[in-house]
Amino acid sequence: MSVIESTIMLRRDFKHSVRNSGTLFAALFFPVIMLLMFVYVFGGAFSAGGTYLNYVVPGILVLTMGYSTSQTAVTVATDVTQGVMNRFRTMAISRGSVLTGQLLGSVLRTIVSTVAVLLVALLMGFEPHAGLGGWLGALGMSVLLVVGMTWVGVAFGLWVKSPSGAAFAAFPLVFLPYISSAFAPPTTMPGPMRAFADVQPMTPVIESIRGLMTGTPVGDHVLAAVIWWVVIGVAAYLWARRLFGRDPVR
Amino acid sequence: MNAIVARGLRKSFGETLVLDGIDLTVPDGTVFSLLGPNGAGKTTTVQILSTLIHADSGDVRIAGHDLTRDPDGVRAAIGVTGQFSAVDVVLTGQENLELMGELYRMGRRGARRRATELLERFDLADAAGRPASAYSGGMQRRLDLAMSLVGAPRVIFLDEPTTGLDPRSRHTMWGIVRDLVAQGTTIFLTTQYLDEADELAQRIAVLDHGRIVAEGTPSELKRLVPGGHVRLRFTTVTALDHAAGRLADATRDDEQLTLDIPSDGGVASVKDVLNQLESVDVASFSVRTPDLDDVFFALTGRQEVAEVQR
Repeated sequence: MSVIESTIMLRRDFKHSVRNSGTLFAALFFPVIMLLMFVYVFGGAFSAGGTYLNYVVPGILVLTMGYSTSQTAVTVATDVTQGVMNRFRTMAISRGSVLTGQLLGSVLRTIVSTVAVLLVALLMGFEPHAGLGGWLGALGMSVLLVVGMTWVGVAFGLWVKSPSGAAFAAFPLVFLPYISSAFAPPTTMPGPMRAFADVQPMTPVIESIRGLMTGTPVGDHVLAAVIWWVVIGVAAYLWARRLFGRDPVR
Repeated sequence: MNAIVARGLRKSFGETLVLDGIDLTVPDGTVFSLLGPNGAGKTTTVQILSTLIHADSGDVRIAGHDLTRDPDGVRAAIGVTGQFSAVDVVLTGQENLELMGELYRMGRRGARRRATELLERFDLADAAGRPASAYSGGMQRRLDLAMSLVGAPRVIFLDEPTTGLDPRSRHTMWGIVRDLVAQGTTIFLTTQYLDEADELAQRIAVLDHGRIVAEGTPSELKRLVPGGHVRLRFTTVTALDHAAGRLADATRDDEQLTLDIPSDGGVASVKDVLNQLESVDVASFSVRTPDLDDVFFALTGRQEVAEVQR
């Protein structure tokens, strides 16, 4: 894989992000609206211990990451339908660089929107108690999650081949945080939903980030989160590579 | 030297046999046209030769590189313009070309220079700073082709480059192809337009149902079909009868009230026909020399290329 080619691809991706500012704005606007709604509309009805704002912010951040990375599926599918992917395939460049450019672009986009949402949360009165270690831990967990979800997005984008199909296929990335511990502790949910919220891969990430930022107990969530997202990330990466390497039959 | 040599190319998609063992030889610096109706296998052939998909079997060498063993060698020597323009519509024309130049490792300055040069050449300089999404169909095709030329490839694949273009853009594209050949580039062109192959190609292969049914120069292919004829049209059956009585080797069509007389289309033979008619009342008169429509019909017994074209 070539660093120069990946950088060229990243620059292309960056231009896309800047010009599709609507997408970038939506990736910001949507989580902020959710944050405002959950805190000021529903927040009073929840009692999650401590202030609800402190409880919900880590979940909102993960929601932001899911929303942002799901856009990558659409970006990739657009390249496939427009024939841009096939043009790259017939050029003597490293095939990995095409996907790496998408990955790096997605990570940068997500960092921008996540930091922006975090700033809004701080303005609203979010009080993280994390020390340097906690912040670094939360950052590391976020990067792991974003990389994993991006590979899922890239693979979906290559798999479905149409932008609208990709938006639909990537829906789990956006939706999973809702049935997790993002907005309310699973203990408050009815049986089957609680069981799902307890075992699905978003909950341990959210619990870890919440613990690292606000000092709630993390238990074995960190380990579970790392295992989940390393496995998902590697599997999605291998799938994406296979999809990209195979003959694009139309 | 041959730019493209393919032997025994076969490809199936599932149960459907798309290419049934085709052989191609394209000498350096020539235009070779693969002619055939929709679904004949033209695009599949281009996709295989341009390293996009794998053949089930067959040997291919392009610009001296083996397609299977050295795909990157092939990729470095070719430019591909598919049936649908593959441009990044978010980027401007300039940026699309610079992206290619950078990927060809020309450096940012070199890429910019090459982009400007190609924009001039393809009459896109005025639109250089506009996003490609704002381009017309003809402009997108030109940009697409320009992108394929950034790396100055030795062999260029053009898959139906003028399908869907208006006549003016079509002629512009033909001019570009002629310029490229004049500079020594080899062009592999697929088309369903017979006049296009006739106009541009030194050699034509007719592809039908995954097989090459004929190959040769445009004039060699035309020789494969029965000669031309003079067609006389009449207004009455009586006139048709009169004329048919005088012209022994004519073929008559009672429904259309026409008479076809074999002729090479030359002045002498036309004169001869008219002399024999004397005072018979002829409504109209036309000379037909064989074209590639007739070639396709003669080779396959089907009229579908002609139908696609009209």
